Amino acid sequence: MSRQPSRRALLLGATAAAGTAMLGGCDRLGEAEWFRRTLKTGEDANLFVQRLLLTERTLAPEFVEADISPWFKPNGTEDPPDRSYKALAKRKFVNYRLEVGGLVEKPFKLSLAELRKLPARTQITRHDCVEGWSAIGKWTGVPLADLLNRAGLKPEARFVVFHCADTMGQDGDNDGEDDGAAGDSGSQEEAPAGNANPNMTKQSGGGESKKDSGGQQASEDTAASGGSPVRYYESIDLLDAFHPQTILAYEMNGQALPVANGAPLRLRLERNLGYKQAKYVIRVEVVESFAHIGEGKGGYWEDQGYAWYAGI
Amino acid sequence: MCRTYLVRSAPDTAEIERRRWMFRHPAVIRATHWINALCLLVLLMSGLQIFNAHPALYWGKVSTFDTPLLAMTSTEDDPPKGVTTVLGRAFETTGYLGSSPGADGEPADRGFPSWLTLPSDQDLTGGRSWHFFFAWAFVLNGILYLLYGLLSGQLRFRVVPQRDQIRHFGASVWEHLTLRFPQGDEAKRYNVIQKLTYLVVLFVLLPMQVLAGLAMSPAMDAAFPFLLTLFDGRQSARTVHFVVAGLLVLFVLVHVALVVLSGFWNNMRGMLTGWFVIERKVEPAADGTGGPA
Repeated sequence: MSRQPSRRALLLGATAAAGTAMLGGCDRLGEAEWFRRTLKTGEDANLFVQRLLLTERTLAPEFVEADISPWFKPNGTEDPPDRSYKALAKRKFVNYRLEVGGLVEKPFKLSLAELRKLPARTQITRHDCVEGWSAIGKWTGVPLADLLNRAGLKPEARFVVFHCADTMGQDGDNDGEDDGAAGDSGSQEEAPAGNANPNMTKQSGGGESKKDSGGQQASEDTAASGGSPVRYYESIDLLDAFHPQTILAYEMNGQALPVANGAPLRLRLERNLGYKQAKYVIRVEVVESFAHIGEGKGGYWEDQGYAWYAGI
Repeated sequence: MCRTYLVRSAPDTAEIERRRWMFRHPAVIRATHWINALCLLVLLMSGLQIFNAHPALYWGKVSTFDTPLLAMTSTEDDPPKGVTTVLGRAFETTGYLGSSPGADGEPADRGFPSWLTLPSDQDLTGGRSWHFFFAWAFVLNGILYLLYGLLSGQLRFRVVPQRDQIRHFGASVWEHLTLRFPQGDEAKRYNVIQKLTYLVVLFVLLPMQVLAGLAMSPAMDAAFPFLLTLFDGRQSARTVHFVVAGLLVLFVLVHVALVVLSGFWNNMRGMLTGWFVIERKVEPAADGTGGPA
């Protein structure tokens, strides 16, 4: 009996030591490229299996008016720092044009008023942030399928990329590393906790100093602030693009989409997490591959290490 | 007390003095046990990492941000205090929950402390990668275990209480509480409390944990809307996932404690090599059958 305590203490000590060593080991393992890639096979399996389980017609659950959240939590960018965006917002987006182009037969641009005249879909759906919270909102917008059909896809078309108006950082600021910790100030989109926020503060400075007018690409005048602006973007495949609930929404809860939630136009991609649902969409580009856009992973958060497929 | 040292040998020739060897755990059971243990540990720690991205829990379809069931926050003080609110009651939990030292030693706003999360730094996407990979490993390993268990009869032997065990349920509880572990023939099978516990863990807690995890996936909710009905909404599912994780931790703590108390080396040898020693009952069998055959 007298041996028990010392043996127990020994075991506990050994467990604690092993635990500490293991934690450090796991962190180092998690940084190794081969191991990271191995872990990612779990997320590849998610995509594979969920694509088997869901047809292109499987709808995300829809809710009733009474379920609508009194406050729809905005996350990530809540007020784009870009001067061009501010100019658009000031005039209630009358000068806004959505550009649809890329691998399409007939590229076009539409004003907000023109978009509102097109057949619309209204849906009350739940928004799930990768961080873990949910909110329900009512969305009205144009089915993306209608816009893509109108433009006519070329045979090589495989993905639809959404280019956004909000600058997240300067090229070179945020190369690769997750530097974590900073809670919820977030960059765009109902986005991942933690990483990449530091940019936001830097950016607004960079953004203000620019003189770009009315438009999207400001890359030419960024030499002074050291790098080109990195704007939010996202990409989806055609299966999601032609899903009936995939809309570009201009209304939330019966009102014009608020700036904090992505005015004037945001993607609703039900069946996916929030970070896929780009806000402040200004250009829809149909592509064969997104390897040449951003860091090539298919989205702003994907470039920071998040999975391209966000169905879970 | 006289100790007998044994060499490993086949069970039928191994009966020496008071001890008898029993081949208790077939290879598949042993392998799946340890893979499962690893999976649960990684799933717990990467799960806490994911939880830390929004360290609050709610009930229902959506997050009611003003009235969480549980929330871990930090104050504006310098240094910040960690505050954990459970059902409206606030507790100071500085150093453990809400605010604890990060990798650099400085206080960081985080739900669970870095030594409990995987990766240890705040890294949601890293946590998700670990979690999904090991969730797949856990599920595939679990399926293998169940299939093998069903086909070999091991599962029935391990988790279904026999009639006499149910009759003596009260006595078994008392024996268990007083840490008197069965010997002789009785030690060859799991006791009734063990069986019922494994039954609940295997067929209630673990499946519920998987379903609650799946219910958090917007795509799975589209494919199987009954998941939302089952848990009363996605945020409830998240809460259930958290609570069941806690219950599994409790199970593992009790399991490990009993492994240590009921003969650590014997149990470990059993789960590593399959061979387990049964101690013969000290008092001779009263019914005159002369002990184990």
